[in-house]
Amino acid sequence: MTDHPISTSEVAPTRMRRALDSDLFYAFKRSPVAMVSAVVAAVLILSAIFAPLIAPTNPFDPASLNLMNGFTGPMAPNAFTGETFLLGTDDQGRDVFSTILYGMRISLFVGFAAVLFAVVLGIILGLIAGYFGGWADSFIMRAADVQLTFPSILVAMLIFGVAKGITPVEHRDQMAIWVLILAIGLSDWVQFARVVRGATLVEKGKDYVSAARLIGRKPYAIMLRHILPNILSPVLVIATISLALAIIAEATLSFLGVGAPATQPSLGTLIRVGQGFLFSGEWWILFFPACTLLALALSVNMLGDWLRDALNPRLK
Amino acid sequence: MTEPVLSIRDLTVEIPTRHGLFKPVQNVTYDIRPGEIRGVVGESGAGKSMTGNAVIGLLDDPARIASGEIWLKGRRIDNLSVEEQRALRGREIGMIFQDPLTSLNPLFTIGEQLVETIQLHLKVSANEARERALALLDRVSIPDPKTRFDQYPHQFSGGMRQRVVIALALCSEPSVIVADEPTTALDVSIQAQVLDLIKELARETQVGVILVTHDMGVIADTTEQVTVMYNGQVVENGTTDQVLSAPKHEYTKSLISAVPRPQVKLHRFPQVSYGGRETAFKIEDLARNWTKSEPSKSGKLLEVEGITKKFLEKSAILPSWRTYFTAVDEVSFDIKDGEVFGLVGESGSGKSTVARMIGTLLDVDGGRIRFDGDEVTAMTPAEIAGYRAQIQMIFQDPFSSLNPRMKVESIVAEPLLHHKILPPDQISGRVQELLDRVGLTRAAAAKYPHEFSGGQRQRISIARALATQPRFLICDEPTSALDVSIQAQILNILKDLQEHLGLTMLFISHDLPVVRQMCDRVGVMKKGQLVEVQDTETLFANPQQDYTKKLLELMPRLAQLSG
Repeated sequence: MTDHPISTSEVAPTRMRRALDSDLFYAFKRSPVAMVSAVVAAVLILSAIFAPLIAPTNPFDPASLNLMNGFTGPMAPNAFTGETFLLGTDDQGRDVFSTILYGMRISLFVGFAAVLFAVVLGIILGLIAGYFGGWADSFIMRAADVQLTFPSILVAMLIFGVAKGITPVEHRDQMAIWVLILAIGLSDWVQFARVVRGATLVEKGKDYVSAARLIGRKPYAIMLRHILPNILSPVLVIATISLALAIIAEATLSFLGVGAPATQPSLGTLIRVGQGFLFSGEWWILFFPACTLLALALSVNMLGDWLRDALNPRLK
Repeated sequence: MTEPVLSIRDLTVEIPTRHGLFKPVQNVTYDIRPGEIRGVVGESGAGKSMTGNAVIGLLDDPARIASGEIWLKGRRIDNLSVEEQRALRGREIGMIFQDPLTSLNPLFTIGEQLVETIQLHLKVSANEARERALALLDRVSIPDPKTRFDQYPHQFSGGMRQRVVIALALCSEPSVIVADEPTTALDVSIQAQVLDLIKELARETQVGVILVTHDMGVIADTTEQVTVMYNGQVVENGTTDQVLSAPKHEYTKSLISAVPRPQVKLHRFPQVSYGGRETAFKIEDLARNWTKSEPSKSGKLLEVEGITKKFLEKSAILPSWRTYFTAVDEVSFDIKDGEVFGLVGESGSGKSTVARMIGTLLDVDGGRIRFDGDEVTAMTPAEIAGYRAQIQMIFQDPFSSLNPRMKVESIVAEPLLHHKILPPDQISGRVQELLDRVGLTRAAAAKYPHEFSGGQRQRISIARALATQPRFLICDEPTSALDVSIQAQILNILKDLQEHLGLTMLFISHDLPVVRQMCDRVGVMKKGQLVEVQDTETLFANPQQDYTKKLLELMPRLAQLSG
């Protein structure tokens, strides 16, 4: 092996320098799709985070609502009050732009939390299955196989239904979001566990793991300190794509009425509410939340696809 | 002198990269005459294979020929279109690759692959192609070609597969064969047979052969002409005898001096000093801090008694239905204090399995291992932890033995922290000292493994192994993945360590000259059994077993080299 030009320098680069110098960042700068997706996703996520600052009204503050503003079209002045709204209003006079910003917060929060839950669960079970093998492996992987035979949306609905059944009525609306996260996360851990297990099997055979065993490190230390950092790339790729899927899953559940309650509407809830008005001419109540969902899911998904290709040396 | 069949003139290959234009091959010029074998030798990254790939038109994108000419039988071929190159490749130029496992399609029989290749290049009927294929198999000395014809690649051993690959290369009766490290993946005994076959074919069919290799022994045994490459450039061209016995260029001299001598034991390896790769290092620093381990009670640090390892070959519900493969069969030996004990044998002979059992990385299926009188095989987990603190291992592959996501400092510090050898505030100092000791700079600590070359990585491995101040070091083929000059450096480090720190070592290798230089006593393994144990000098001068004699005979000799 010849010395790489970078490695000949005597000074070790800083973390920032490494990141800017990495092949990943280099590939990112050369991919228009990745840059556009990243910008779209960043704008959407930031506007969701800063929704209270950006949104012209707080759509869930009943005091600020004026029923007279109901069914105002986008960019058209209301017949009674003369107010104009960027994306129009719904039947109760809520500003659609504001509800989208607030709805995106719920959607993104549920998506991120559900994927995080699935990733943590999948990594723990996958590492155990891959590293120890034997009956632990058989047990975890058969459980995963069984779960894979059901469509994940069905699993999520089942978990949601059971959880809803056991929570007292007065807490249902508060708990709904958390139950949603649990339901989507539990329906999604299998793919992480499978990928982690496969990568663990490969890494386990490498000599650096033997060296760590020879030092006397305990299995959990080897798994967390040695194996885990080396298998994170594929997990990161799937997590990004899963995020898009989780957002859609949440929207699907909410659309079906088993997700976020009307008091905390997510993009899915907004679409459900909006579709009632589609055929009576108030198309904007459905159209803009649906477009936002599309842009969000698509940009995150494209980023995930790009990440997968960029991290796969065989495609270069 | 006959006209050259292939001429390379001032060939330069360039690869555009993020970091500018990289030229792996610069102004390379050489000729091949019919029936001649030209060795192309150099270290990895010297551009040997890249030149061969340019000749056969197999440069991977984005590499391209920047300038120069390639002439084949009086016709210029480097500027041909892709279509013309494809027609030429395979018909006029045959190829033999390094890995016989991947160069045959596992889904087709040997016969099908041969017949397909023959019919692709020569206009013959299916029956005639079959006749030719059988003749070719016979030609490359595959016994019973009629039966072998209908078998699949996995039914052939590595050496046999490489013969089939040679037969494939000969299908179209080419005028030149490019053999890229054709024997590197093979055992010594198989290597000798394959090289003999190539020599014979060159003589009889008058095919010109470009033999790319890093192995000076192969060059000395096989080739008539040799081209030495360094850093993309040809540094020396000449007849093999002349280059080996009277090298003109400094690099060639240093390369030849680094080859381990099979005939005599030298105190240290001559260092390759060309190109400023050698780094000075200090021994005293470490020796001062080394808590000299007390000698073992019996004088024998490690005793291995009839250890056996069986691997499950076929799984079944009932234990009696299971079949096992015995990788190590009742092996016994012992290693005295401060001794370097060598284990040699061909691949699959169980050397590494023995090492892994001693290192407690594999369970023992029978027999006993005693370390300083204590039975390792009967230890509780707590006792094993204590035992592991006294032994360390250096692995073969420097690319997989370091965690790519850890900085060098963390890698070397891990055993220190784990065994709580030093208080945390002294760790960084000790890591520096260890890195100094193996000839790495202080800046190395803050870098990641991928920023180092193979030899440097192996130095990091050694630093990690030394961190716990082990009494016993297991080296499993520590230099077989390295270039010869780097090998000399690493072996010198190990020799110095052994000498100054009184380390006891188990040294595993398939390379007999290396074993002769490193070891005090040697055990020879064959198919899981230990067939002979002798003092190194006795073994090399007067081997008792037939198998040992055979191994020694096959050892490539560099007759042209003195001392």
